[in-house]
Amino acid sequence: MSYRRRRSTRIRPYTFTGGRTRSRHPLMVQTLVSVADPMASPPRNMMPESRDIYELCREARSVAEVSAELKIPLGVTQVLLSDLADQGIVFIHPTITGHSPSENQVLERALRGLERLFQ
Amino acid sequence: MVSNDSSSDANMKVSTKIVIAGGFGAGKTTLVGSVSEIPPVTTEAIMTAASNDVDDTSATPNKTTTTVAMDFGRITIDQQLIMYMFGTPGQSRFWFMWDDLVRGAVGAVVVVDCNRLAESFDAVDYFENKQIPYVVALNRFDGQLAYTVDQVREALEIPESVPVIDFDARDRRSSGRVLVTMLEYAMASGKRDAELVG
Repeated sequence: MSYRRRRSTRIRPYTFTGGRTRSRHPLMVQTLVSVADPMASPPRNMMPESRDIYELCREARSVAEVSAELKIPLGVTQVLLSDLADQGIVFIHPTITGHSPSENQVLERALRGLERLFQ
Repeated sequence: MVSNDSSSDANMKVSTKIVIAGGFGAGKTTLVGSVSEIPPVTTEAIMTAASNDVDDTSATPNKTTTTVAMDFGRITIDQQLIMYMFGTPGQSRFWFMWDDLVRGAVGAVVVVDCNRLAESFDAVDYFENKQIPYVVALNRFDGQLAYTVDQVREALEIPESVPVIDFDARDRRSSGRVLVTMLEYAMASGKRDAELVG
C-alpha cells in the first residue's frame, strides 16, 4: 500500500495504463462511478490500483474523489476506470451538464435543493 | 451518457458540476469550503499539453507535463443528486487544463478580488469565448468593496445580461446564494446550442 505514497511515480502510472492518457468513456471529474455489483467480490488478477478503486466504488464516488482518496493522478484514474467500465465491472453514472432540455427537471431539483440549503 | 446498463434504479445517482474560477487568492477555495459538506479536497492531475512553461520535463522528453493541484467540494442535493464545485488553478500558467476541468459544467462563478481586478480578465474571457454561463461574484473580504458592482462590470466589460453580485466567501449562506444565482442564470440561458461545449 505504502509504495504509492512515494512521489516517484511520475512515469510509472502511464506504464500500467499502457501509455494511454485518454479514456474512452465520458469520465469527467464530477462523473460518479460505482461497482456494477456491490455485493460481488473483486475479480481475480486485478492490478492493486484497480482493486483499490473497486473497493472504494462499492459506493458511488466521483472520478475526482477516487483520484484524491487513492492518490492516483486524475488522468490515470480515468484510464483505469475506463478499463473497468469496458469490462462491465464499474458502472458510469449519467452526468448532468445542462446541455440537454431533458435535464431541466434535474436542474430544477438542484436549484430547489440549493435554495433550501442556503435560504 | 450512460455507458453500460448494468445498474439498478437505486444505483442511478447522478452528478453535476459548477466551476469556481478567479484570480489567485480571490477566495475560490474559501467559497468552496463555505458551501461544501466536506472540507475542500485536493487532487493532483498530471497534465500533458503544449505548455511553454518551464516545468521539469526530463522524465518525459517528448511531452510537456506538469502536476497541478485542484480543489473541489461537494453538496448532496438529495439521495440521487450530487453537486460538485471545482476550483480552477489560480495561476494563469495552468490555463491549458481548464478545458478538462470545465468540460460538462453547468456553469461557472468568477470570484473577483476588487483590489486585483486585472486577475479576473482571464477567467471572464475564457467563459465568454466558450459561451459557458457564468456569474461574477465580488468577494467583500472584510466588508469593504473598493468599487461598486457597476464599476466592476464596466472595468471587466461584463455584458448586461451576466449577473454581477457581491458576497462574502467566508459566509456559508452568502456563498450559497452565489451558487443559486449561478444556477438560475445557467438555466435561464440554457436555450443555447448544446454542442458549444465539447
